[in-house]
Amino acid sequence: MKRYVAIWFRHLLVDRVLFRQPELAGKPFVLSAKERGRMLVKAASRDAQALGIEAGMVLADARAVQPDLEVLDYDPTLAEKLLAALAEWTIRYSPLVAVDLPDGLILDATGCAHLWGSETAYLKDIASRLKASGYDVRTAMADTIGAAWAVSRYSRAFPIIEPGEQLTALLQLPPHALRLEAAVVEKMQKLGLYQITSFIYMPASVLRRRFGQATLDQIGKALGNTHEAFEPVCPVEPYQERLSSIEPIQTATGIEIALQKLLEMLCERLVKDGKGARQAVLRCYRIDGETQAIQIGTSGPSCSTSHMFKLFELKISSIEPALGIELFVLEAPVVEPLGNAQEELWNLTGGNKMTQVAELIDRLTARAGADVIHRYLPAQHHWPERAITQAVSLTDQPEIDWRTDQHRPVQLLSQPEKITVSAPVPDYPPMLFRYKGDIHRIKKADGPNRIEQEWWISDGMHRDYYSVEDEQGGRYWIFRLGHYNEELSAEWFIHGFFA
Amino acid sequence: METALKKSELVARLRSDILALQGFRAPALGVKHDDFGLGPVMKAFPEGVFPRVGMHEFVSHSPEQTAATSGFMAALAGKMMKEDGLCVWVGRHRTVYPFALSHFGVAPDRVIFVDLKKDKDLLWAIEEALKCDALSAVVGEIKELNLTESRRLQLTVEESKVTGLLHRVSPRLSNPVAAVCRWRISPLPGVAEQVLPGIGFPRWQVTIEKVRSGEPGSWPLEFRDGGFELIGESVSFHQHLSKVG
Repeated sequence: MKRYVAIWFRHLLVDRVLFRQPELAGKPFVLSAKERGRMLVKAASRDAQALGIEAGMVLADARAVQPDLEVLDYDPTLAEKLLAALAEWTIRYSPLVAVDLPDGLILDATGCAHLWGSETAYLKDIASRLKASGYDVRTAMADTIGAAWAVSRYSRAFPIIEPGEQLTALLQLPPHALRLEAAVVEKMQKLGLYQITSFIYMPASVLRRRFGQATLDQIGKALGNTHEAFEPVCPVEPYQERLSSIEPIQTATGIEIALQKLLEMLCERLVKDGKGARQAVLRCYRIDGETQAIQIGTSGPSCSTSHMFKLFELKISSIEPALGIELFVLEAPVVEPLGNAQEELWNLTGGNKMTQVAELIDRLTARAGADVIHRYLPAQHHWPERAITQAVSLTDQPEIDWRTDQHRPVQLLSQPEKITVSAPVPDYPPMLFRYKGDIHRIKKADGPNRIEQEWWISDGMHRDYYSVEDEQGGRYWIFRLGHYNEELSAEWFIHGFFA
Repeated sequence: METALKKSELVARLRSDILALQGFRAPALGVKHDDFGLGPVMKAFPEGVFPRVGMHEFVSHSPEQTAATSGFMAALAGKMMKEDGLCVWVGRHRTVYPFALSHFGVAPDRVIFVDLKKDKDLLWAIEEALKCDALSAVVGEIKELNLTESRRLQLTVEESKVTGLLHRVSPRLSNPVAAVCRWRISPLPGVAEQVLPGIGFPRWQVTIEKVRSGEPGSWPLEFRDGGFELIGESVSFHQHLSKVG
């Protein structure tokens, strides 16, 4: 025999707002959102409700009732998120908890209540704990989900319905309590069926003809004659493994053995779930109460024991075991699904080339830091410093093609360096230039090639670039900053070397 | 007479065995060997085969030479990477402009740059990269390198079969290192009287100063339309030396 608990959050969203913004307590406020071109009240606080403002009113009407009404934005996904979080919290009362949108939870409490002593104590504990955290709740317990739901919402009687008593409990309740469609409820009201008792004893054929099969199903669900589906939430279990040692461990070898064991356990789970770790933390709990932690990151999801061991190995020396470590905890806080999409993108021949490269990069970053690896993608800018952008990950693909029509030097100085030149007339390439004490006589030149600053990014003068070749065949990329000017002599710079 | 023939046969076989051990693989019969478009330069290598399994040492002494060498190495790496290869470029003060690599047939997004500060880290990173046989080539830019370190790298290459291109940028000593050959690339002036204005295609004097069991030499090459082209007389290394003085 099953027992279910229904929890009804009477003012779920409002309670949430009050929890976040306690200063709103005692003030009338509403949550509103746009619907069909007008602002509608989606939820109203208790003070607003006392003034006659209710969910479903037009906001303008509510403002007419209470001019200094506080209006907050309504987030349509908030209720679902909130209930999911509350459901996870409620797992302390029952392993099977389902979210009942829009404002309730259903617990499968079969065989759980005796742990709290009795069903009364069980329900009382749930209600008082939720009330302590600010939620106005009503609870009920019955043999069926339907009956528990109905009693929690519509009954003022004692909320625990004894086994098999659901029919008696429902008799005095309005038809709404059966979770019927609005049209059906309206029809019942018109016919004067204000209580469940008025129609529940009618023959099934009559009910079906007048109100449809759905109504019969709902009655069946409430009474326990029809099965009702129950979808419990599955909390995400963290990827965490623990290993305690009988004797405190002080040596690097000991730590390595522990790490190896933990990694095997973790990787086995990861492989089973088709996931790979992007980050892993090893925490070592010392017997003097201190905690030591080492962390690694991978550039792609990894579930390879040997690879992660290699990454950890570089950092083991930073652990101070002091008097000894009694507990090791390995956790993968960031996991990603393992995919083979990467190889497709890079169309590498052969199976695990991409993994090998990713592992190489992990080894390099583990030793030298994350900022040593760079990969570049083309960017839509002419300004040479901005024509490339850093790729974030190994799998980033260029969105535009690399341009080969622009002549760019193979060696680019990070900062253009000043040179002195002698140039005949404006817009002609210089005849010679002096760089680091050497005079270079120019034999051949291309240019000028004017590159403007992008005004929406930064101010500054444009550059007139020349590609020049000297007598020895050395090729340089030099530019003049800005226009020729009467007062100022033009400034020339060298920016790169061509191959 | 017969014994003499046998002996020469034996010597030839031994020689090819040694070459194979050193990373030079004789081309299998009927298989067209990849010469990376190097054409006449291939004559310098034993059996005319480019030693893929080996460290190539490049030396440059001025920024112009460094640029020319970078360009040449990029072109070589591009030939090795083909369509889908990957390359790691390890360096200290990286001045290579990734954008320009596309001129030399390398998709810059297929190159992973590793920028490190300490020489020790540089060597370690080059060795780690050479161990990874998913790569087509590894380019390393380093200042000083001694025989032991280079020997270590060469052994790694022989294990993993990833070509290593080691660029020694203005080294203080040009001490011998364990590489299959030593290259020196210097820029060449363009054609003296050309019809078209401008500076034209990159031109280099490509010199192989040392090559294990091969014939050093020097060739003027031009890099045009994704390939190398001989633009003058090739000279043997000794002639080149006497010409330079």
